[in-house]
Amino acid sequence: MSKLQNALVGGVRTVLGRVPASWLPGGTPDPIIQKRATLGTQQSRIDGPDKVCGAARFAAEVPMANLLHAAFVHSTIARGKIAELDVSAAEAAPGVALVMTYRNAPKMSVPPAIGITNLKAAGNHTLPVMQDAEIRWNGQAVAVILAETREQAEHAATLVRIRYNAEQSRTRFKEGKKNARTPDSILIERNRVDKGNARKKLAEAAYKIDAVYRTPWQNHNPIEPHAATIAWQDGRLIVHDATQMIHATAGSLAKVFGLKEADVFVSSPFVGGGFGAKGMWDHQILGAAAAKLAGRPVRVVLSRASMHRLVGGRTQTEQRVALGAGADGKLTALLHHGYATKPQHSICDEGFSLTGRSLYASGSFDIVQHHVDLDLLANSFMRAPGEAPGTFAIECAMDELAHQLGMDPVELRRRNIASCDPISGSPHSQSATMTAYDLGAERIGWARRAPAPRARCEGEWLVGMGCAGGTFPFARMPGTSARITLDAGGQAHVASAAHEMGMGTATVQRQHAADRLGLPLDSVSVTIGDSRLPFASFAGGSSQTASLGAAISAASGKLAAELLRLAGNDTPLAGLRASEVEFADSGLRSIEDPSRHESFASIFRRSGRNELSVTGESGAPLEMLKFSMHSTSAIFCQLRVSEVTGEIRIDRLVGAFDCGRILNAKTATSQFKGGMIMGLGMALTEETLLDERSGRIMSTSLADYHVPVHLDVPEIDVLWTDIPDPRTPMGARGIGEIGTTGVAAAVANAVFNATGTRVRDLPITLDKLASNATPEKREAISRPEFP
Amino acid sequence: MTPFAFHVARDCAEALSLGAASGARFIGGGTNLVDLLRQNVESASKLVDVSRLAANIHEVGNGALLVDASVKNSALAAHPMVRGRYPMLSRALLAGASAQIRNMATVGGNIMQRTRCAYFYDVDGARCNKRQPGSGCDAIGGFNRYHAILGVSNDCVATHPSDMCVALAALAALVHLVGPEGERTVPLAEFHVLPGASPQIETVLRPGEMITAIELPPATPAMANSEYRKVRDRSSYAFALVSVAAGLEVVGGKIAEARIALGGVAAKPWRATRAEAALRGLPATRANFLSAAEEELTKAQPLEGNAFKIGLVQRTTAAVLESLAGERA
Repeated sequence: MSKLQNALVGGVRTVLGRVPASWLPGGTPDPIIQKRATLGTQQSRIDGPDKVCGAARFAAEVPMANLLHAAFVHSTIARGKIAELDVSAAEAAPGVALVMTYRNAPKMSVPPAIGITNLKAAGNHTLPVMQDAEIRWNGQAVAVILAETREQAEHAATLVRIRYNAEQSRTRFKEGKKNARTPDSILIERNRVDKGNARKKLAEAAYKIDAVYRTPWQNHNPIEPHAATIAWQDGRLIVHDATQMIHATAGSLAKVFGLKEADVFVSSPFVGGGFGAKGMWDHQILGAAAAKLAGRPVRVVLSRASMHRLVGGRTQTEQRVALGAGADGKLTALLHHGYATKPQHSICDEGFSLTGRSLYASGSFDIVQHHVDLDLLANSFMRAPGEAPGTFAIECAMDELAHQLGMDPVELRRRNIASCDPISGSPHSQSATMTAYDLGAERIGWARRAPAPRARCEGEWLVGMGCAGGTFPFARMPGTSARITLDAGGQAHVASAAHEMGMGTATVQRQHAADRLGLPLDSVSVTIGDSRLPFASFAGGSSQTASLGAAISAASGKLAAELLRLAGNDTPLAGLRASEVEFADSGLRSIEDPSRHESFASIFRRSGRNELSVTGESGAPLEMLKFSMHSTSAIFCQLRVSEVTGEIRIDRLVGAFDCGRILNAKTATSQFKGGMIMGLGMALTEETLLDERSGRIMSTSLADYHVPVHLDVPEIDVLWTDIPDPRTPMGARGIGEIGTTGVAAAVANAVFNATGTRVRDLPITLDKLASNATPEKREAISRPEFP
Repeated sequence: MTPFAFHVARDCAEALSLGAASGARFIGGGTNLVDLLRQNVESASKLVDVSRLAANIHEVGNGALLVDASVKNSALAAHPMVRGRYPMLSRALLAGASAQIRNMATVGGNIMQRTRCAYFYDVDGARCNKRQPGSGCDAIGGFNRYHAILGVSNDCVATHPSDMCVALAALAALVHLVGPEGERTVPLAEFHVLPGASPQIETVLRPGEMITAIELPPATPAMANSEYRKVRDRSSYAFALVSVAAGLEVVGGKIAEARIALGGVAAKPWRATRAEAALRGLPATRANFLSAAEEELTKAQPLEGNAFKIGLVQRTTAAVLESLAGERA
């Protein structure tokens, strides 16, 4: 698969290299970029009042008669077999309707794996689900209990008795590194980049940094737990899910249960936070299987512990970054090597090594990453997968280099920022990263920063400032479709199986459709969120806005053509082609002669129609192969570190973003801030505690897994360049993930500026600061003998 | 969670009589016990709700303050006499948990809360001598960043998680108990016991006995000039890595009285008697504070994950005392 992908992508790229840009999607800038009606203005979320009032119905709240509640039993070993299984006490417990194990679970196929070739696949791993006695990770679901109440189910779950025959398991990162795999591809990129003899250039460099950076396993913790309300009705499977991949989940469940796609209905109008977590995991499959066996509908709401044991997160990485530079700061070599845990059954590549390929114009590159195969829960996508850990390593190394050179870190970036793709030479679709740096530097008062560490102190608090850049690629998914229905009253309705996870999907696409169709905002409504609606790809990879935008744009083109056809010859528009008209003032008009206009109402009246419905689709995203397309960020942080305790307090955080045109200042600000707060968690507190002796996660509650609390979050400023990307729908690039990238490095760099201690190992907890280093005379012991 | 009967006690006598049954447990705010029940760390056949018993805070004859066991943490923290006479206690309470939890949690329940060791909570997947005597301790050799450095044993390295109790230890508070054998008082600092070979035994509480009140001794100048500092991984809703409750009285540049207790270092709130004794009569200097704290920790036994606590305790203790000396000067 990887080699094939390399060949395919490489082949298409070569061909595209000879194709004029104007032939491609995005070849001509989207005309809507020039029209500033509602896009770009602040608009409140249309679903805000419903959410505040509790009227928005989430997956765990869908009412259903005769409902059973599920609880899970998880394995306690990492590898082996179930030797003995006694469910009699659980079955006899009050309220229990079903105990399902591998012995009585229905036959189910392995779900198809998420990938770029099958947009109806949602599998995060390739393992059979409850089909045999095999244990593949510590925490795997080994029994599902259904009971009349959730409490009864949870109680019965404690009564299942299991004895395992444990086998040798591989759960230690350090040992796993010895047998690491080196894949051909990382996502759709060739894994190994060797350009310009980087090792030699590094050896010859006057200034060099060569360091290892580590990031831990991080767990997803959306505020809404994973949940589904599931029913079988006349052979059809109904799933009210919390998902950011509606059609992929429907398609996958169809495969798992051997159903026709049309016989699976997935609904997910609201999701309480996704971040990559809300895909398909074992709980939907097991919930549907148990509902089938029990003959009753089932509600699954994962406990926080079950979530941590069944839903993968951001995987552990260890990255070596080596930079070589001359006295002018220009990079002569960039080496980025490393390891990330990816069990053989995992789908997700944690592509940290993609980061260094786009940011800086180094004279040479040597990049490769390896997969560490362990007996663990499949890792998965978590906000800015790849780039979040990747920017931590690269951007800390850049800061280290700036310090060594005695150069301002912003200036070092200015001297190295790429003017085209440094590896392929492809032109940027749009890039103004240094504009973002300048905006951010001014806002935080970067000029006040003392270049030398430990130069500012207030009482016991050392004060420091740091910056770092972030990057995340543009993506537009093919296949995403939207139906526009226009009625004689001039009301337009947009429908697509797109997703709302809090980012404002319907709000922004309503603005888009209004501008696109020349309608006032309140003449447009948007329906999203279930699989009966036109196909939509997942809400992931920061791709949904562009994909849905492209679909609406395509549909509007069809709508214009249909309206022209309906208008016939007895119209001011007579003789015009679709490409010669535009939507304006609740109707169509000639682009060349705006006085030639006819309203929708008039066209409908003459044609005797009441409404017109068309569906448009996001086509092949060839622009992604022709152009280098990335959102970028410049993050600035000011913080304090206590010399007494090593505690870190963030005083200010500024994020300046270059992401094309911002469509809705209000929802965008919120999304950027959320991403940055997630970056703070990554920087300071978040770490999945994996006991490598047993492969067991020891941090399965929000008391043990520390996400930032309100007191940890400072005043955050969000700025943007707002320069339209001429190659994207609406001139916008996705903003869902860019907010997280660069934040951890900015914090680490500010900690260095404050304290002079360089922490290369996330999270930056107080025990890693020099003041708390173990005193030598009290050498810690690993196997103590106490009196 | 195993099903249980639930009774609301209307008065102390009823609580005692209900609590005498085997498998009965007293419940206050339930902010820890309910978690323990839900996770099957503990089970109870009967819960006796004592949260509706008297919840008064009143001064007794000699100037001591008597706080009923059912007083909520937030009420105690906000009480003007506590804020004025024992500021370290008010601050310790406010450093604990979250506002919602403090509004539920009672004084008695706070004293009775159990360790937050992750292995203690993982009933299915981990060994714990406290939960299942003789099964082993997975924290040794595992994650022990939060664990004890003082008074540890081969069987258990857990810490007591309370903030309030650290201040109570420094204040030499008394715990009032009533049980089938009558009433008695125990100093808070002696209420919790070190693990030794039986870490499942955490307090001196006898079967059927319950906490009725705590008694804060008449305030001394060192109690009034006091502070609580908690060091943790995030700004709120995290247990202490280490904490320091301290009070100081300086007369003529010399230390007349120092009260120090440490949290996050042992299975009990750790009254730093050696440091207190070492400081008596010495000038209130940073160097003296540091060496007194070091004196307290000479017998510290760190694990691979928590050796940082030794230096952290010393510096935090010295910083708290220094700020108290400064405020006095």
